[in-house]
Amino acid sequence: MKLRWNKLFPRYLILTVFMLIVCIPIWGALMSAFKADSELLSSPFSPPQTWTLENFKEAWTVGRFSQFFKNSVIVTTVVVIASVFLSILSGFAFGQLPLPGKNLLFPLMLIGYMVPFEAVIIPLYHWMGALGLRNTYWALILPQIGLSVSFGTLWMSSFFENAPQELVDAATIDGATRWQTLWGILFPLSRPATTTLIVLIFMWTWNEFLLALVMVQSESMRTLPVGLAFFQGRFSSNISLMAAGAIIVALPTILIYILFQRFFIRGMLGGAIKG
Amino acid sequence: MRKANRYPGESKWLGLLYLLPAFLIYALFTLIPIIETFRSSFFEWSDLGRTSQWVGLQNYLDLFQDGSFLKAFSNNLIFITFYSIIPILLGLLLASLLSRYPIPGFTVFRTVLFLPQVISMVVVGVIWRWMFNPTNGPINLFLSAIGLGHLQQAWLGSFQWALPAVGSIASWVQYGFCMVLFLAGMQRIPEEYYEASSLDGASAFHQFFLITIPGLKAEIAVALITTIVSALRVFDLVYSTTKGGPGESTLVTGYLIYRSAILNNQIGYGAAIATLLTVVILSLSFLIRRILSDRNEVV
Repeated sequence: MKLRWNKLFPRYLILTVFMLIVCIPIWGALMSAFKADSELLSSPFSPPQTWTLENFKEAWTVGRFSQFFKNSVIVTTVVVIASVFLSILSGFAFGQLPLPGKNLLFPLMLIGYMVPFEAVIIPLYHWMGALGLRNTYWALILPQIGLSVSFGTLWMSSFFENAPQELVDAATIDGATRWQTLWGILFPLSRPATTTLIVLIFMWTWNEFLLALVMVQSESMRTLPVGLAFFQGRFSSNISLMAAGAIIVALPTILIYILFQRFFIRGMLGGAIKG
Repeated sequence: MRKANRYPGESKWLGLLYLLPAFLIYALFTLIPIIETFRSSFFEWSDLGRTSQWVGLQNYLDLFQDGSFLKAFSNNLIFITFYSIIPILLGLLLASLLSRYPIPGFTVFRTVLFLPQVISMVVVGVIWRWMFNPTNGPINLFLSAIGLGHLQQAWLGSFQWALPAVGSIASWVQYGFCMVLFLAGMQRIPEEYYEASSLDGASAFHQFFLITIPGLKAEIAVALITTIVSALRVFDLVYSTTKGGPGESTLVTGYLIYRSAILNNQIGYGAAIATLLTVVILSLSFLIRRILSDRNEVV
């Protein structure tokens, strides 16, 4: 069918309206972050007359976002690497290996994908307190891995189930061990699935709020979202400073999203369908 | 290494070995805490959680006479309108208006529509607190600029407006997700269905209800599950916009669990709410999925 401009135009118009509704608040925050506070009132969405990085500097140093950034990077890196590695192993177990009790274990793993952190946070809070682990990276990392491997296992097991069986058989005939088949044959093939898993777990961990809010009392251990929430309590009248803080928190996820958006969208739609 | 030599049949337990590390950490930090939350909801806790006394169902019975809980739970239900119903209706509307033909450059729109999904909810809260700011927020500035200054509100600070204001932020986050989901689903509906029904004289209206909606059944079910679950477990957004206020006008169960069990050490009470919330979420997801898979078998 030939596309006609008069048919396309109304569609673009509708899409543009919905797109603008998403964009305008984000755009406004972005512009505010580069303005001096005195410039804010005149026109909230116009680009600044004089661009300034002062707000970012102040958030980074006075607001201690440099420390929060470091905490977020450490927690997220460990969680992503550990969760993806463990999920590849467990997904391989479900998808390829003989596994007694599979029909019981699989729905058990599914529970973690559906329950919110609210369901586990009360005992975790007390246990971590009793073990003296509150205010440590462990209190943020371990529960996050525990929840992430649930989705990760489901996600990777469906990849391994659908992996080309001829390749696996051929490798086995050639004398490859299961471990070698996994890492030598199947892992290289799993790159789209693993990339999706990496970006999703990255985003969930980076944005995680309740766990970090509850487990951390000392300011120096806050992650970015928690740091921003407390920052908001202290500086709520200084809008350009708040906006700069918000952009520091959001920028890494937005960048990764733009770079890997195909994987993101497929993962979030596919994950939703599968879960 | 030796196990490999016993391949294929012998190592019946091999899978457990690969599953074990993930399962251990999952059990320790997810499964067992769920069970422990359930167990602690039957106790009255004192001395900062160090001593406890069995009280049976008392915590649950208390909940249903507790104004805060009832308020919080009914707010969660109201949030379903904003998280689920409005975005799904908007998504269906857009999907049907755009209809089935490819739109050049759609990826750009898709990227932007999906954007709120990847941003931290605290960031969303910061942005919208500014938008709703009573003195210098763009919404009030806009209202006065177009001569509707009398409609200005202290949106997030008003007993009447705080809940719909926070709710509309949720719709803002969710509608792009629903649109992208439905537009992706539309690609799957065979073009011939529409052509044949056009020849039979079906209107666009009929086509929407007889072809588009049934064709998007799976996507609608998915959108229902994810958005309703989000509405029930909402915490970050409420924390970063209103903290449940003013009064308890935007209180939700997620925030109530945090306030009671973590801030005020009412462990049994908080655990009872958390248990109820988990049961509601799990059974709803199960139910919607069940309806979905039954229908799929028919088709």
